[in-house]
Amino acid sequence: MRHDTLLDSVGDTPLVGLPRLSPSPDVRLWAKLEDRNPTGSVKDRVALAMVQRAEKEGRLRPGCTLLEPTSGNTGISLAMVAKLRGYRLVCVLPENTSEERRQLLRMWGAEIVSTPAAGGSNEAVRIAKQIGAEHPDWVMLYQYGNPANADAHREGTGPELLADLPEITHVVAGLGTTGTLMGLGQFFREHKPEVRIVAAEPRYGELVYGLRNLDEGFVPELYDDSLIDARFSVGSRDAVRRVRELLDSEGIFAGLSTGAILHAALAQAARAVEAKQRADIAFVVADGGWKYLSTGAYEGTVEDAEERLEGQLWA
Amino acid sequence: MAIEVRVPTILRTYTGGEKAVTAQGGTLAQLIDDVDASNPGVKERLVDESGIRRFINVYVNDEDVRFTGGLDTAVADGDTVVILPAVAGG
Repeated sequence: MRHDTLLDSVGDTPLVGLPRLSPSPDVRLWAKLEDRNPTGSVKDRVALAMVQRAEKEGRLRPGCTLLEPTSGNTGISLAMVAKLRGYRLVCVLPENTSEERRQLLRMWGAEIVSTPAAGGSNEAVRIAKQIGAEHPDWVMLYQYGNPANADAHREGTGPELLADLPEITHVVAGLGTTGTLMGLGQFFREHKPEVRIVAAEPRYGELVYGLRNLDEGFVPELYDDSLIDARFSVGSRDAVRRVRELLDSEGIFAGLSTGAILHAALAQAARAVEAKQRADIAFVVADGGWKYLSTGAYEGTVEDAEERLEGQLWA
Repeated sequence: MAIEVRVPTILRTYTGGEKAVTAQGGTLAQLIDDVDASNPGVKERLVDESGIRRFINVYVNDEDVRFTGGLDTAVADGDTVVILPAVAGG
């Protein structure tokens, strides 16, 4: 397929069937391969949509500096878009993220501000807001509250899924900024409201939840719980187990958040089998496994992998 | 048998430092009352007049209770309840 520029190639990703992981011909699983985007993650859709919206609204002009709190993928996608559109990018990144993410950010030309591991992305958001206040001329697209994040999926991912799988009954995706699920929820509520929207949320080690008090918790401004039907918390052990299963049985090499998403998708499949209902369950493969090789998640015992991921922002 | 309730770091001042406590109840509301009876103060940090506090997530067997009936969610012996503060991703 021919595109004029790399940015034009974002989206229109393949949807592939998983005959070995599907429990029966009536209950089928489908993987939406978002790792096929230019930087290898679903966030290319979001970064491009947020930059295009800001350019259209006149908030971004050539030479502008972008500032963004991110645990990695959105930053990498923004760095690629910023390079091609002529912006400087400063990413605010928790220190407990994989080394590959930092290398990739630097490769695409982003500058990195590290924030303490304790508190995870909450702390990155808080510090990015402080830095933003000190630099009023910098533009924070702010993925957690930017409607263009959800719109990228309402206008892209959602319609693509329905076109490729008109019989779809469930969509399962990861919950981080909530943008993927909000956009998919908006799209399916309007076009096929019986589709169940299911969220899989990574459950990290205790360090990440080490907030000083409960008022420092964080719910993204985009989040509207009426747009999803169920939400599951998945620990690193299940995520590792499932991401290996996906590789072993279907040959798909995915990142750890996809393991968590597959875990929730398989639970939906098991419920459909039990209820003797037909199901076509599509889930989002958010990225490939490349950026997580240094975590050791793909080798040795699951117990060892779980131990190595303790305290890391693995999704 | 009883129900295991896992408590986040920031609430362990109420549980004498324990990571998990056990309690009884048929619904999540009853379970939280039972936890509060032996660890006074926990309930007030988890629940306000509108239900579970905004920055708290509660999961029964890994499923967020906001989608299964909130405080009326049924719980039974052998279930695991996890309480976590809301955190960002992305």
